[in-house]
Amino acid sequence: MTRQVKQLDRVIIRFAGDSGDGMQLTGDRFTQETAAFGNDLSTLPNFPAEIRAPAGTMAGVSSFQVHFADHDILTPGDAPDVLVAMNPAALRANLPDVPRGATIIVDTHDFSARNLTKAGYSESPLEDGTLEPFALHEVDLTSLTVEAVKEFGLSRKDSARAKNMFALGLLSWMYGRPTEPTIEFLTTRFAARPTLRDANVTAFRTGWNFGETTEAFAVRYEIKPASMATGRYRNVTGNAALAYGLIAASRQSGLPLFLGSYPITPASDVLHELSKHKRFGVTTFQAEDEIAGVGAALGAAFGGALGVTTTSGPGVALKAETIGLGVMLELPLLVCDIQRGGPSTGLPTKTEQADLLQALFGRNGEAPVPVVAPRSPADCFDAAMEAARIAVTYRTPVMLLSDGSLANGSEPWHLPDVAALPRIDPAFQTGHNHVADDGTEEFLPYLRDDETLARPWAVPGTPELMHRVGGLEKADRTGDISYDPANHDLMVRTRQAKVDAIAKSLPPTEVDDPGAESGQGARMLVVGWGSTYGPIGAAVRRVRRDGLKVAQAHLRHLNPMPSDIGDILRGYDRVVVPEMNLGQLALLLRGRYLVDAKSHTQVNGMPFKAAELADVLRGYLAALEDEIPEPRGMHEEVPV
Amino acid sequence: MTALDLPTPSLSRDGLVGVPPSEATQTRKEFTSDQEVRWCPGCGDYIVLNAVQGFLPELGLKRENIVFVSGIGCSSRFPYYLDTYGMHSIHGRAPAIATGLAITRSDLSVWVVTGDGDALSIGGNHLIHALRRNINMTILLFNNRIYGLTKGQYSPTSETGKVTKSTPMGSVDTPFNPVSLALGAEATFVARTIDSDRTHLTDVLREAAAHRGTSLVEIYQNCPIFNDGAFDAFKDKDSREEAVIPLRHGEPVRFGSDGRLGVVRDPGTGSLRVAEVADVGADAVVVHDAHADDPSTAFAISRLTNAGVLQQSPIGIFRQVERPTYDDLARGQVQTAQSSEGEGDLAALLAGKDTWTVD
Ligand code: SF4
Repeated sequence: MTRQVKQLDRVIIRFAGDSGDGMQLTGDRFTQETAAFGNDLSTLPNFPAEIRAPAGTMAGVSSFQVHFADHDILTPGDAPDVLVAMNPAALRANLPDVPRGATIIVDTHDFSARNLTKAGYSESPLEDGTLEPFALHEVDLTSLTVEAVKEFGLSRKDSARAKNMFALGLLSWMYGRPTEPTIEFLTTRFAARPTLRDANVTAFRTGWNFGETTEAFAVRYEIKPASMATGRYRNVTGNAALAYGLIAASRQSGLPLFLGSYPITPASDVLHELSKHKRFGVTTFQAEDEIAGVGAALGAAFGGALGVTTTSGPGVALKAETIGLGVMLELPLLVCDIQRGGPSTGLPTKTEQADLLQALFGRNGEAPVPVVAPRSPADCFDAAMEAARIAVTYRTPVMLLSDGSLANGSEPWHLPDVAALPRIDPAFQTGHNHVADDGTEEFLPYLRDDETLARPWAVPGTPELMHRVGGLEKADRTGDISYDPANHDLMVRTRQAKVDAIAKSLPPTEVDDPGAESGQGARMLVVGWGSTYGPIGAAVRRVRRDGLKVAQAHLRHLNPMPSDIGDILRGYDRVVVPEMNLGQLALLLRGRYLVDAKSHTQVNGMPFKAAELADVLRGYLAALEDEIPEPRGMHEEVPV
Repeated sequence: MTALDLPTPSLSRDGLVGVPPSEATQTRKEFTSDQEVRWCPGCGDYIVLNAVQGFLPELGLKRENIVFVSGIGCSSRFPYYLDTYGMHSIHGRAPAIATGLAITRSDLSVWVVTGDGDALSIGGNHLIHALRRNINMTILLFNNRIYGLTKGQYSPTSETGKVTKSTPMGSVDTPFNPVSLALGAEATFVARTIDSDRTHLTDVLREAAAHRGTSLVEIYQNCPIFNDGAFDAFKDKDSREEAVIPLRHGEPVRFGSDGRLGVVRDPGTGSLRVAEVADVGADAVVVHDAHADDPSTAFAISRLTNAGVLQQSPIGIFRQVERPTYDDLARGQVQTAQSSEGEGDLAALLAGKDTWTVD
C-alpha cells in the first residue's frame, strides 16, 4: 500500500504508563534512536516518588517526553503532539496536557471496568466521546505482544511486559527512526537471558511491522536531521555531564577526585556514575549521612584531593555547618545541589529552583560561598569545571545548583576537545612564605595572594609547613585562634572580599539583544538562571516571531554576580525575572542593584512552558508600550 | 598505681605501614607547638597531652605525616598544642572528616581526639560507622562523664540521677558504656585506660597506633571543675586494687589484693561476674582473649563496668582483631580498576558508546 509521508519540522511525543511498564526505558531508547538519526532533541522524564505505587492508579503514572526537530530546540516541549497511553490512569493523568487534534495511541487491553475505576473513570473514555477531539488509535498492544512472543514460551506476565518494546517499534516506524541501536541495545542488555532478548526484539520488530502493514496508520512522518555545528555528538543527561565535568576537573587540576555522598533523589545518579570510573582515580564514599558525606569531602580536601559532595536541598540543609567550616578553613570544596521541590521532603522527583537563597545565605554568620548554575543538561559539564576552577583557585567551598529537570533531562552534547580544556592550577604551598622580623623563614597559613586573596594550600606531608586549622576565628596571616574584635571584623570582610574578587575573573555577560548593535535594541530584558534557560529562550523566540523586541540574559554566576550586570539591568526600561521559586533571584537583583525587576514565578514541580511564558512576556511588553499598569496576575511582586 | 603489663600481641602490627619514617630521632619538644595550653589547672587533659607528646617521637614518623583531627569540646583543643598537621573541626564530625582524609592519604597517621559529648552524643552516628568500616585511624575518646566546655551539663556517659545545671532533679537518662557501644559497632580494637596511669596510657597508645583499622581508646579523664573525683576509685591507694579489673591477653582476669577476686562465667546465664577466687577455684577464672573473633566475651567483660558512680571497671585492651580496613579496600578497588582497565581515557569517557558526527 502507498503511504503518505508528511514532513514535519518538530514533534513532541509523550510515552505514559504505569511505573512498572518501562516507560522511562522506552523514552530513553526512542531518544537514542533520535540522536543517532541526527535530530536536535530535548527530553523530560517525569515519574512518581514511589518506586512502585499501586498498579493502575494515577499515583503510579510515569511518563517520558521527547521533543525532536530539524532545527535547534531549547526545551522538552510544552504539549505533546502524540500521547502513548498504556492504561486508563496514564490517559487520565496526561490528557489535560494534550491539545485538540493531537494523536493518542491507547493500549486498550487494560481498559477493564476495574482499571477504569482505579483510574477514577466512571465510564470508558474510549466510548463516552471524551476522545473525539483527538486522532485516536485504539490498539490492543498487550494482546498483540503476547501473541507475537508466544513461541518463546514465556509466562503471560513476562510476555506482556514486552509491550513497551511493541509500542517503541510502532512509534519508531511512524517517525522513521533507525532500529539498529535498539536491537543492539536489547542484545547486550539481555545477553545472559536469550529468551527475553528474543522476545523483546520480536516485540519491537512486530510493533514496527504492525505500523507498516495496518491500514490504521496511514501516515508516516519525516523530520529531517537538524543542521548542527560540525563535530562529534552524543546524547547526555545533566547528572552524567556533571559527573564527567568533575572527572575532567580532576584531570585538569591533577587532584584525585573524592566524592562523599549520601543517596538522595535526584542526585544519586551522580554517585552511581562516578562510582563506575575508578580507573580515573575517582574514590566514591557512600557515607552514613549527608553530614558525613560533606565532612569526608572536606577531610579529603585538607589532604589535597578535589573534595566533592552531591545532594539535594534537604541534604544542603544538613551540610550547612560543614560548609561554614570550609569557609573558615578556606579549603576547596564542591557542593552540588540537584534541586527538587521543597520545603522539607517536598516533591523529590519534581523540579524546582528554590535553593538559591539557601545556597547563598543558608549558614550561620557571614559565610559567603560562590554559586554557579548550569543552564542545560550538557552545560552541567562546563558548570562543574567552572565550579572546580573557583574552588581550587580561591580555596573556598563552591555551590553548584543543578535541578531535577537538568539532572534527568537530556540533549545532544557537542563533545569538547579534551586537549583544549582549561588547566586548573592547585598551586600547593611547598615552602615558607614569609620572613619574620628576626630574619627566620616561616610559614603563615593565612597570608594571602594579593590578586585572589586566596590563602596557601599546604597539605599534610609537606615538610616544615605543619599548621593547625579550625572553625574558631583565625588571626590574620598566622591563622592562630583569635578573639580580637578588630581581627574578626577584618577577617569577615576579607572572606567576603575574596569571594567578591572572583567577579574579576568572569567574562562579560552575554546579552542576546539582536537590535542592540544597530541602536534598535529592546526595551525589555528577561533575566534567568539555571534550567529556565531553555523555556525562556524558546519564549523569547516566539515573542520575536511576532516582530516584538525582547532581550535575554542568563546568569551562570549567582555569587558573585558578574561586575557588569548592574549596568546591563539599568540599561532596560523593564526587567522580567522568571523563576521556579517565589522570586529569589528577583529579590537579589532588586536588593543589590536597585532595579524594579518584575518577578514571574511558577512552583508546580514542572519546567515553564514556552507558550505560557511567551504570553507573559507579551503582556509585559504590551504594558510597557501602553504605559498602563500590567495586567493583574501576570506577575507577583517580590516581598522586599 | 603501678603500670599494668601488656602482653606481647600475636597480631601483625602494620597500622603505620605506608607512613614515611623520620630520618632523625625526635624529641618531645619538636611535637610541642608554640600555642599556650588553656585547659583548667589540674585537668586530666594535660596528662594525656604530655603522654602523647612524649609518645609520638617513639613512633619515629615524619612529623608532617601525622594529622590530629578533633571535634568540639575541651579535649578537642588538643591539635593546637601539637606541632603536626591538625584540624579543630565542628561538633561530632571529626570521625567523618578523618575518614575522608584517611581514605585519600594512606601515607598519613591519622588521629581523632574527641570527648564523651562529641563522640557519643552529637557525633554518635559518625563514631559507630567509622568503627564498623574499620578506617585506619586511632580515636582517643576523653571520657570525663560531663560537658565541660558548656559549663557542666550531664553527658551521655553521666550516671543516671546526676545532678547538673540542666538536671537539677537528677538526670533520667541511661548512660552509654563506650566500650560496649564500640564492641557492638563491630570495632576491631577497643581499649580503656586512665589519665593518671601514664605508663598504661602509653602502652595502650602504642598498641592502638600499631593496629591497622580503627582503634578506639576510651580514656577516663578527670574534670576537676565540673565532675571532680569521677574516677577516684581507680586512683585512691585504698580502693584501686579492687576497682581496676586489669585485662591482659592470655591471662586469667584476677584482681584485688593478691588476686583475691576473679571474673568467672555464670553457668546458668553465660554472663560474667566477679567472684572470690577462694570460693570458685582458680580454674574457674576466665582467661582474657582479646584476639577472639567472637566479641561476646569482650562485651560481657565490658558489662562489668558500673553504670552508676564508678567503683569498678575493666581497664586494658578488650578486643584486638584483624579485619581488612575500608580505606585499604577502597584504594585497592581504584588500583584494580587502573591495572585491569588501564588509566582512564577522558576523551573516550566523554564520548561514551553512542556518538554521531555532523560534517
Ligand atoms: S572544664 Fe573540665 S574538662 Fe574542661 S578544661 Fe576544665 S577541667 Fe578540663
